[in-house]
Amino acid sequence: MLKNVYNWIDERLDITPIWRDVADHEVPEHVNPAHHFSAFVYCFGGLTFFITVIQILSGMFLTMYYVPDIINAYNSVEYLQTQVAFGQIVRGMHHWGASLVIVMMFLHTMRVFFTGSYKAPREMNWVVGMLIFFVMLGLGLTGYLLPWDNKAYFATKVTLEIANSVPWLGPIIKELLQGGTIVGAETLTRFFAIHVFFLPAVLLALLVGHFIMIRRQGISGPL
Amino acid sequence: MSSNHNDEHEESHNPPRRKEMSRRQFLTYTLGGATAYMAAGVVLPMLRFAVDPILQNKEEGAFVKVVEESKITNEPQEFHFELQQQDGWYNSTATLTAWIRKNDQGEIIALSPICKHLGCLVGWNSNKNFPDEYHCPCHGARYTPDGKNLAVAPKPLDQYETKVENGWIYLGEIVPNTVVS
Ligand code: HEM
Ligand code: FES
Repeated sequence: MLKNVYNWIDERLDITPIWRDVADHEVPEHVNPAHHFSAFVYCFGGLTFFITVIQILSGMFLTMYYVPDIINAYNSVEYLQTQVAFGQIVRGMHHWGASLVIVMMFLHTMRVFFTGSYKAPREMNWVVGMLIFFVMLGLGLTGYLLPWDNKAYFATKVTLEIANSVPWLGPIIKELLQGGTIVGAETLTRFFAIHVFFLPAVLLALLVGHFIMIRRQGISGPL
Repeated sequence: MSSNHNDEHEESHNPPRRKEMSRRQFLTYTLGGATAYMAAGVVLPMLRFAVDPILQNKEEGAFVKVVEESKITNEPQEFHFELQQQDGWYNSTATLTAWIRKNDQGEIIALSPICKHLGCLVGWNSNKNFPDEYHCPCHGARYTPDGKNLAVAPKPLDQYETKVENGWIYLGEIVPNTVVS
């Protein structure tokens, strides 16, 4: 049945080469944990991506209940966590995933570093990876304010004070991020927009670049 | 995939031979099954989370004390009353309006002013051309004092569930009109 549907579409659109090109590629022996168990270190990139997918999915679902408004943000988070079925789980995925994605990214970076995979011709992918790293930190930072509880509020105050300490430009950066002179309504909407629209868009673009380069250059060789 | 050299030999002994699963098929099914199971573990909580409002028990509307029965006349009068409304995490007070009258049989009739055409608010005696009728300013729907639709609207005005206790009128949920039709 499914096969017939696939064949029907394939006859018309010739989609087989498209997914073949994406999915059909060799996994060299030295990166296959079934051959050398220590090759599991090559999984960290994939795991980072897997958790990123969970972050994006669970984040999209959280916005069904979340409101970026100083009166209602806390209440909406409390409501979705305590009243809505599986709310604790969906928020839990996003909450713990946010930390785990940083851990995985760090391990992935370690692997790339110690296998020397950043060397020519892969320098550009190291740079893109670093950009992804900063975007991830930005997502963690802006997301942290969203529950609008005490921890969120003061963590954001601290971050903004750090931004404030940049020579010359500090005060301008701070006010720009803050959206005004206090951490308040406009800070919350700003962080929400950055967290949910701007940074995910940048992240996806960078990931596409990262993956295209990997397909072009292949996995780096054995040590 | 290895071909089974014993095929012909075995077939002569027990003819209706079971179709065996190839190693590749087995791996496809187990890996596919395990992947589907794990994917479901991620996706199902999110879906259940998303549809939760549909599955919540709808709470029964409580009756609200509105006005003394003795104030009610044959002529419809407008009364406002307040209702606590829980909307997710947002608790608010909604103000509702009822047009209440007593008909010739002494029945209390509390009508909702929401026009059954497209939802504007009707008023009693609000148009000089149509005395002693409910009239809707939007597209000219008209109704009798009991709410029967005379023009434009396809259905009679809805009613509030009504009860009288110790001389007071209590109003409940909005239900389809039972007095006319
Ligand atoms: C398109 C992608 C994303 C969307 C739509 C999204 C949406 C949201 C929303 C609505 C909240 C507030 C609800 C809550 O706090 O429980 C939130 C919180 C948060 N998000 Fe995201 N998010 C996305 C991606 C990410 C990523 C990739 C990260 C990680 C680097 C991240 C990190 C966080 C953090 C740390 C919080 C605070 C969580 C908590 O305290 O429970 N988000 N996100
Ligand atoms: S909404 Fe009342 S007449 Fe159309």
